[in-house]
Amino acid sequence: MNILAYLIPISLILGGLGLGFFVFTVKSRQYEDPEGDAQRILSGKYDDHPKQD
Amino acid sequence: MTATLRPPASACPACVAAPAAEALAERAQPTEAKLALSLPTIHCAACMTAVETALEKVPGVRSARVNLSQKRVRIEAAPGITAEALIPVVEAAGFEAHELDAGTLAATATDKAGRDLLMRLAVAGFAAMNVMLLSIAVWSGAEGPTRDLFHWVSAAIVLPTIAFSAQPFFRNAWTALRAGHLNMDVPISLAILLAIVTSLWETILSGEHAYFDAAIALTFFLLTGRYLDHRTRAIARSAAEELSALEVPRAWRLTDAGEEHVPAAELRVGDLIRVRPGGRMPVDGEITEGLSELDRALLTGETLPVYAAPGQTVSAGEVNLTGPLVVRATAVGRNTSLHRMADLVAVAESGRENYTPLADKAAKLYAPGVHILAGLAFLGWLAWSGDFRVALNIAAAVLIITCPCALGLAVPAVTTAASGKLFKQGLLIKDGTALERLAEVDTVVFDKTGTLTAGTPTLTNCDAFTRHDLEIALALAEGSAHPLSVSLTAALRAAGIAPAEVTGITEVPGHGTEGVWRDAPVRLGRAAWTGGGQSATTSAWLRVGHGPAQAFTFEDSLRDGAEDAVAALRDMGRQVILISGDSVAAVEALATRLQIPQWVAEALPQDKAARIKALSDAGRHVLMVGDGLNDTAALAGAHVSISPASALDAARVASDIVLLGRSLAPIPGALSVATTATKRIRQNFAIATWYNVIAVPLAVVGLCSPLIAALAMSASSITVSLNALRLKGTR
Repeated sequence: MNILAYLIPISLILGGLGLGFFVFTVKSRQYEDPEGDAQRILSGKYDDHPKQD
Repeated sequence: MTATLRPPASACPACVAAPAAEALAERAQPTEAKLALSLPTIHCAACMTAVETALEKVPGVRSARVNLSQKRVRIEAAPGITAEALIPVVEAAGFEAHELDAGTLAATATDKAGRDLLMRLAVAGFAAMNVMLLSIAVWSGAEGPTRDLFHWVSAAIVLPTIAFSAQPFFRNAWTALRAGHLNMDVPISLAILLAIVTSLWETILSGEHAYFDAAIALTFFLLTGRYLDHRTRAIARSAAEELSALEVPRAWRLTDAGEEHVPAAELRVGDLIRVRPGGRMPVDGEITEGLSELDRALLTGETLPVYAAPGQTVSAGEVNLTGPLVVRATAVGRNTSLHRMADLVAVAESGRENYTPLADKAAKLYAPGVHILAGLAFLGWLAWSGDFRVALNIAAAVLIITCPCALGLAVPAVTTAASGKLFKQGLLIKDGTALERLAEVDTVVFDKTGTLTAGTPTLTNCDAFTRHDLEIALALAEGSAHPLSVSLTAALRAAGIAPAEVTGITEVPGHGTEGVWRDAPVRLGRAAWTGGGQSATTSAWLRVGHGPAQAFTFEDSLRDGAEDAVAALRDMGRQVILISGDSVAAVEALATRLQIPQWVAEALPQDKAARIKALSDAGRHVLMVGDGLNDTAALAGAHVSISPASALDAARVASDIVLLGRSLAPIPGALSVATTATKRIRQNFAIATWYNVIAVPLAVVGLCSPLIAALAMSASSITVSLNALRLKGTR
């Protein structure tokens, strides 16, 4: 059962990384226009670089 | 098209109801123009690129970005660029556009509260996942030190998370308790805290059951409901605020030194004010100089322009049509007839306060019931077993099981789905309970001018004239900006008529235009001036030489979808009533055309509100659809109200739902969506109740393990959310 001493911190760190990324996406405002972003990939206009704000 | 729909940007009648416009007037000139347009008809990637490319081609526009979720475009441009200049560009690209107030836009763009809730939700979700993993090990039979270790790790994750994520509930519960009443947050906070305390105690004593997973899952599900609720409200609120038209409340005051441009708030009784053609009266007053015609449609619903001459009294909000006028103010600010209209609204509004939303009704029954049940379970077990620890454990289990997870999601999940669906159809829900109220509607009252009709006159008797006369009329009409002339010009041009050679065309303010054609004087204008007779409908008279005057008759064209909307509402079994301030003839004609059996003409604003009240007193649930200032009291007094985007600020503020596009067609659809939504809310309450009915006896007799608690909670929340999502699929 000693393996738990490693596994629990590892799982917490991995989960924390996921949380960190989520916080980053919220801060960089990636949820302002979910529908528009989903549609934009269908247009060839933004193939070279994404539309800047 | 837009120019005629939108009130001109000038001294405003509705500034009392539009703090945004006042704030805008006070702000200094910006170095860069940030504009926003509402685009109710966009729906795909091609629309987005079309709008963006069209706007970016305009010189001075630095960037344009469409937000499809909010159906709007944000534009950064050089200071000189105005929204008026950009709207035609977007319309040329094939999309309807309305201006949004960029001032309030900036305030709502950074939705701090929403991001804060989302962050708490994310942290709670992260913690819940980890704790659930640890709990699965415990549920599958971990024992002794391993179980204790897992409980301690869970505690280490849950305690800080609850301290951060559950703050909104604690805060709300505390406010409610201090005010001496119970709301949903009181049982929630109590359940979370009690679960944590008993679990900690159990963990210290190496006990078998710890409810850390339940406490955190509870927080997560409830935050989800809270976040959905907040998002729906925030979108509706911001959009409603931003829609406020840019009617800057300023006026030209005449002084000894000349003319000065002052805010309407600084005007005093006795001031002389110049009102240009197309401008709106900022005050009540008396005309001292000038001849013109006045458009009172937004105040009274009359479509016929009124002749204006010195000595006549005018009310704030009327639009000056043809000639410049000088007006001596007799009442300003709060004393204007316009402001008295606002007082009517305040009186009418108090009626609606009585509506209790379904969620509150449920909470009223629910919160005390839960506490009594948990208290009884605690006392019963304490008396029977004499063990404080067991009794406390049971009480915590009862509170967790009954905790209104599903109830918390029941309403917001449905309103989010429903208002999303309605937003796609072009309706903006401003008020959280509007959907529930809309579902109860059995009577629909329409205003005429500007609501069922587009507010723009169209020519009806083109065939009654010889080609010669039409050519002369076109030449004369082109010399004037009067709404009837503009409409006449458009109609004749469309019929392929070329203007005759009329010389010396001059506009006589308040009367019409005159000129000379083949040495004979020709006139186009009011009946009295051209020698015409009486006419029941809106008309302009043409007189060639010394012959008899002939009348061009006009009718107000129907708004898009008006016919379909009225027919569909009738088919749905709703009673349709037409109430207008316009003349009997005009109202009767429209009522016959739309087959509305019940109509009232020449109704004053008070009459409208009184009639709505009479209907409500008779037990009817009235939906009022209106746009004018004369409708505001009726809009506020009705059970639920809708106004079009072209309505004045005051009307939009008073209504619960705003139509984003020009068409009235979405209204019947909205009624059926609202009915389904309310049905789903009730179903959700039933589902949540059944889960409780099954799980609570288990908890009370002490058979409820943390596993059962977790299962019941997740299953009920997920069922409720899925039930709400079914709304999206129905047509």
